[in-house]
Amino acid sequence: MIEVEGLTKRYGKKTAVDGLSFTVGPGMVTGFLGPNGSGKSTTMRMIIGLDEPTSGSVTVNGRRYRDIPAPLGEVGALLEARSVHTGRSAANHLLALAQTHGISRRRVSEVIDMVGLREVARKRAGGFSLGMGQRLGIASALLGDPSTVILDEPVNGLDPEGIRWIRNLLKGLATEGRTVFVSSHLMSEMALTAEHLIVIGRGRLIADTSVADFIHSASANTVKVRSPQASGLRDLLVSADVTVEAGASDTLVVTGLTSDQVGRTAAENGIVLYELTPQQASLEEAFMDLTRDSVEYHADVPTAQSATGTPS
Amino acid sequence: MTAVTDAGTGGSGPQAQKSMQARSEPAVRVTQLRVMRSEWTKLYSLRSTRYSLLAALAVTIGLGILISWGSASHWDEENPGERLSFDPTLTSLSGIFLAQLAVGVLGVLIVSGEYSTGMIRATMAAVPRRLPVLWAKAAVFAAVTFVLMTVASFVAFTGGQAMMASTHISTTLSHPGVLTAVIGGGMYLTVVGVLGVALGALLRSTAGGIATLFALLLVLPIIVLFLPSNWQDHINKYLPSNAGQSILNVVHDPSVLSPWTGLALFCGYALLALAGAAALLRRRDA
Repeated sequence: MIEVEGLTKRYGKKTAVDGLSFTVGPGMVTGFLGPNGSGKSTTMRMIIGLDEPTSGSVTVNGRRYRDIPAPLGEVGALLEARSVHTGRSAANHLLALAQTHGISRRRVSEVIDMVGLREVARKRAGGFSLGMGQRLGIASALLGDPSTVILDEPVNGLDPEGIRWIRNLLKGLATEGRTVFVSSHLMSEMALTAEHLIVIGRGRLIADTSVADFIHSASANTVKVRSPQASGLRDLLVSADVTVEAGASDTLVVTGLTSDQVGRTAAENGIVLYELTPQQASLEEAFMDLTRDSVEYHADVPTAQSATGTPS
Repeated sequence: MTAVTDAGTGGSGPQAQKSMQARSEPAVRVTQLRVMRSEWTKLYSLRSTRYSLLAALAVTIGLGILISWGSASHWDEENPGERLSFDPTLTSLSGIFLAQLAVGVLGVLIVSGEYSTGMIRATMAAVPRRLPVLWAKAAVFAAVTFVLMTVASFVAFTGGQAMMASTHISTTLSHPGVLTAVIGGGMYLTVVGVLGVALGALLRSTAGGIATLFALLLVLPIIVLFLPSNWQDHINKYLPSNAGQSILNVVHDPSVLSPWTGLALFCGYALLALAGAAALLRRRDA
């Protein structure tokens, strides 16, 4: 269980995390989603006490990380940046971490087998591929058999085999009753593994929702209508809860009504329809919609709206 | 879901695992002693440690014996003044002046190497109170350096005196001050090592740490040479390296501090740097 309360981190004038509050519960995978530079890594670093919050608090199982007598036994973390001395072997790296807690050599050997690094355990970690490095990071995270696991972009740079391995691992850890908190900037990846989502942008909380709800709201009622009487239909449909955008000459995009409702309104008023299509926004689009205003670095390309003509 | 077990969470839940550990082993938690054991593992498991310490040993012994041999074979050419101030102990320990670089650089690397590779994040996640790590690094490295370099100091002394025995300019451990100087060789290098650890932690960079260490030990005495001479007399003996090296002198030199006073002052400098490193380590983001 991770509890974040009014968490704020400033580096000089720049605010990386801005009054963030959320709770991550046990027994499921919680996705931590946001564009690059939105403050995910900073938040995770504050959870494990690497960075001190400017204000606010963050606790794990009710305690500040620094106050936990056996931190590796409660929280295992895989950070985005590599945290291994390149000159040391994987086995010695894990042994040194284990020794700070009095964790046995048997457990070190266990986690090496668990992540499949047995053959290279005696090799210098500096020579490891990205995938092997991630596996070693996960081995360190699992060393203390922690009830909470935090992983920052664990699938970054992994091959499909490695990605599938991580997905299964995360689900397995959650099934065992652990709190699993995973950051990503890929919505599609989270949709496959997470049950709950925390979405942030520019250091602020944007959404704290179940993945099911998010998917539901993402595929919100957008209906594409093509009609020779587009402007007439538009006047009939528009209301407080319904917005209608005009696309190309005879096309409307209706938000807030189902295709059934649009069809009925057209029929009742004798309006001819050429096309009536419910639009399923992809998760990635929904995520981008949600975070559009909070993306740190924009590429200067024309948006879909300006490309298809702005609504009058 | 079979893939989950394949992925190898071991099939055992956190609870099952914990109760097993509780039964068979002492409680899993961070203690200062355990952090020291961890730092010992970190120290011996790097190649740079072995090479640096080997270099320090070789230089202390090899150079000490070589210079002793040189002094003995050119003794006839020395003038009476030089003969009078000749210190056979210091001569046989002269390799220490080079060995201090290897020891000091290794001290810096023990900390700065963790910053440059990112290891420091794993270290601090394991020991979030942080200070036990600094104490453990300093203590373990000090212990290793003291044992190895005191042995090297004795070997250099013995070998060096053997070189000088034929010209009857050698000395023995039973002469006053000699034993202090020989053990002092190990002690001086130990404090240099601790100073390196402190500078590594203060500056968090290998280049910065090494440059500062060299500036303190080697450059400062040179800069003082350019000061007016009556200032020099007041400042020179209090410089870190001069204070620390006073323990190596058996023949008394009025321009340096007495052996133990000098070493104590040098320890003071190192501890001051270590205290500064500790204060910053707690406060800074990793």
